[in-house]
Amino acid sequence: MTQGSHMRDSLGGFLPGDEPIRLLAPDGTATDHPLVPQPVDPIDDADLLRAMYRDMVLARRVDTEATALQRTGELGLWSSCLGQEAAQIGSAHAMRATDFAFPTYRESAVAWARGVDPVGLLGLYRGTTHGGWDPVEHGFGLFTIVLGSQVLHAVGYAMGIQRDGSDDAVIAYYGDGAGSEGDVHEAMVFATVEAAPVVFFCQNNGWAISEPIERQTRVPFAQRAAGYGMPAVRIDGNDVLASLAVTRWALERVRTGSGPVFIEAITYRMGAHTTSDDPTRYRPAGELEHWAGLDPIDRMERYLRSTGAADDAWFAELEAQADALGERIRAHVRGAQDPDPIEMFDHVYAEPHADVQRDRTRWESMISGGAA
Amino acid sequence: MSGVTTEMTMVAALNAALRRAMDEDPKVVLLGEDIGTLGGVFRVTDGLAKDFGDSRVVGTPLAEAGIVGTAVGLAMRGYRPVVEIQFDGFVYPAFDQIVTQVAKHHYRSGGRTTLPIVIRIPYGGGIGAVEHHSESPEAYFVHTPGLRTLTPADADEAYHLLRAAIACDDPVVFFEPKRRYWDRGEVDTARAVDPWTSRVVREGGDITLVAYGPMVRTCREAADALADQGVQAEVIDLRSLSPLDLDPVIASVQRTGRCVVVHEAVEIAGLGAEIAAQVQQQCFFHLEAPVTRVAGAYLPYPPSRFEKHYLPSIDRVIATVNQVMSL
Ligand SMILES: Cc1ncc(C[n+]2csc(CCOP(=O)(O)OP(=O)(O)O)c2C)c(N)n1
Ligand SMILES: [Mg+2]
Repeated sequence: MTQGSHMRDSLGGFLPGDEPIRLLAPDGTATDHPLVPQPVDPIDDADLLRAMYRDMVLARRVDTEATALQRTGELGLWSSCLGQEAAQIGSAHAMRATDFAFPTYRESAVAWARGVDPVGLLGLYRGTTHGGWDPVEHGFGLFTIVLGSQVLHAVGYAMGIQRDGSDDAVIAYYGDGAGSEGDVHEAMVFATVEAAPVVFFCQNNGWAISEPIERQTRVPFAQRAAGYGMPAVRIDGNDVLASLAVTRWALERVRTGSGPVFIEAITYRMGAHTTSDDPTRYRPAGELEHWAGLDPIDRMERYLRSTGAADDAWFAELEAQADALGERIRAHVRGAQDPDPIEMFDHVYAEPHADVQRDRTRWESMISGGAA
Repeated sequence: MSGVTTEMTMVAALNAALRRAMDEDPKVVLLGEDIGTLGGVFRVTDGLAKDFGDSRVVGTPLAEAGIVGTAVGLAMRGYRPVVEIQFDGFVYPAFDQIVTQVAKHHYRSGGRTTLPIVIRIPYGGGIGAVEHHSESPEAYFVHTPGLRTLTPADADEAYHLLRAAIACDDPVVFFEPKRRYWDRGEVDTARAVDPWTSRVVREGGDITLVAYGPMVRTCREAADALADQGVQAEVIDLRSLSPLDLDPVIASVQRTGRCVVVHEAVEIAGLGAEIAAQVQQQCFFHLEAPVTRVAGAYLPYPPSRFEKHYLPSIDRVIATVNQVMSL
C-alpha cells in the first residue's frame, strides 16, 4: 500500500497536541490533510466506502434495538456505542481477517465488523452467557468489563505473533477513563520495550460514566505516548475515513517491527454510559446537541451522495436490510429460552474437576427437587 | 439511649453516616469513581460533593490501586479516607495495596502508624447484573490479618457500622449488600451499638441460622416460613466478619444442637468453613446434626439468568433446615 508507506515517514514526527486528523468534514466534503492522504478513491473504492457506511448503519441499528430491548426488560443492561461508529468501523476495516482485536464492553460496532452475530452478543446483556462468540473464529476477544485488563492481553497476544514470525497485528481498544488504570500503563511499557505489533486505540468519548476527561488527564492523551517511546496520532473519531487511514497506517507500521502506535480517536458518547445511567445529572447543557451536529453517519451519507458512490435506491435497500436485522434481533432475543440451569457448571475447567462435579450433582438434585 | 427514629433506605442511611462523620471531623475525606456530581452509581454519596467540596469528596481517576494507595498516604498524613470501590468485582486492581500495604502497615511500623481507612464495597448478587457486579469476595479479606471487615444487614445497621468503621483506627473493609440498598428501615441514630459483635435478630430454640449481609433478610424470611411449619429458628447476624464473634452462635447452638450457615460466597473455603470448624469444636457434645452450609457453588458467578438457581434462596434455606432437622 503505497499511501501507507508515504504516511509512515511523515507521521513519525506528528505532534500529538495538534488538531485531530480529519479527512471528512461534518458537511460531507473530503478534506485534505498535509500528512495523511485520503485512504480511498470515491470512484475506485466505492465498494469499501459503501461497506463502511453499511456497517455503521447496521451497527447503529443493533444498538438502538438493544436499547429498546433493555427498556422492555428483555435485556438487563446495554452499553451503547451510539456516536462512536466511525471510530470503530473505520479501525475495524483497517484490520486483516487474521489480525486480532481486544475490546471493552462498548465495541459492539467492531464486533459487528468482525462478524460476531449480534444475537449472541446480546446474550451477555440478557444474562444468558459471559461470552457469546468464539474469539479465535472472529479475531475478536471477549468483551472485557474490568477496565484496562484487555490492553495487557492485547500486548501479550502481539508478543506471541512476534515470536511466531507472523506479520499479523493487534488492536487494543479502551476508553479515556480506563487509561488511568495501572494495567494500561504496564501494557504500554511492555509493548514499547518488546516492540510488540499492537495499536493502542483509545476512544476518547469525553466521559467515563460521570467523570469528564479532566479527571483523568491534564494533557491530550496522545501526549502520553511520547513518554513510552511510541508515535501517537489524534484523529477525528467521528470521521470514518480518518479512522480507516490512520489505523491502516498504524497497523502497517507495527507489522514491520517498529513497535506500537497510539491512536486517540476524539469522539463522543451520545447515549448514557449504560441504560442504568442518568447523564442528565452531569452532562452540561448543549454538549449533546453540539456533537449531534458531528454525527459520523450523517457526514458519510452526504459524502456518498455527493460523490455519487451511492444513490437513493441503494440507501433504501440498506434501510430495508436494517429493518430486517432489527426484526431478526427482536425475534431471537424475545424468543430466547433461559438456558438449562445446570449449564452454569459447564466449562469452569478444561479438565474434570472433582469439586465442580460434586456441586453439580448436588445442584442437580436441588434443582429437580425445587429447592434451587 | 435511644433517639428519634427515621425511616430510610440503606443508601440514605449510609449517606447520613458519611455526612455526620464529615461534619464532625474535617479529616474525613472520600475518594472514589463517580462519587462527586453523580453521587456514586448507587447515590451513596449524593449531595456530599456539593456540601463539602471536591477536596473532601474526590471523584478519582479510574484506578483502584491508585484510590487505595493514595488513601494510605492520606492516612499517614492524618486523614481518615473513606474510599468507594464501585462494585465488588473491581476491587482486585487494589488487592495488592489492600493486602500487602493497608493490612500490614501498623504491624510493620511497630504500632507507630495507624491507617484509619474504610474501603466501602457494594457486594453480592441478586440484582440481575452483568459479570463482575455480583461477587462476594469477603473471604479473601477476612483471611488477611490486619484488616477488619464489617457488613450491615439493614439500614439502621448500615448507619451504625459505617460510623464505627470510620471511627476505628484500623483499616476496615466495609461490605455493603447491594441488593438490600433499597430496603427501607427505621434508623435510630442515637442507639449505642457494638459493631464488632454478632447479634441475635430472631430467637428460636430448634435450630441456629448464621448469616451476614444480604443473607440475614433471607434467613429471617425463611425462619418466618419455618415457624408456620412449627420449626423455631434462631437467626444470628454476624455483622463483623473480622473480628468474628461466635459467642452468641455457640451459646445458641449449645441450646439448639443444630446449625446452618448461609452465605452467597462460594462454599469451598468460604466463611462458613471457619464458622463450622469453630462451632463443632465448641459444641461437639451438643450437636444433633452436622453443621451444614447453604452457599454458592464452585463456579465463577454465573450469568444473571442463572442466579436464581445459584444464590441461596429462602427455599434452599428451608429445605436445608428441614433436612438438618430430620437427622
Ligand atoms: C476496574 C474497573 N473499575 C471500575 C469499573 C466500573 N466502570 C465501568 S465503565 C466505567 C467508565 C469507563 O470509562 P471509559 O474508559 O472512558 O470508557 P467508556 O465507558 O466511556 O466507553 C467504570 C468506572 C470497571 N468496569 N472496572
Ligand atoms: Mg469514555
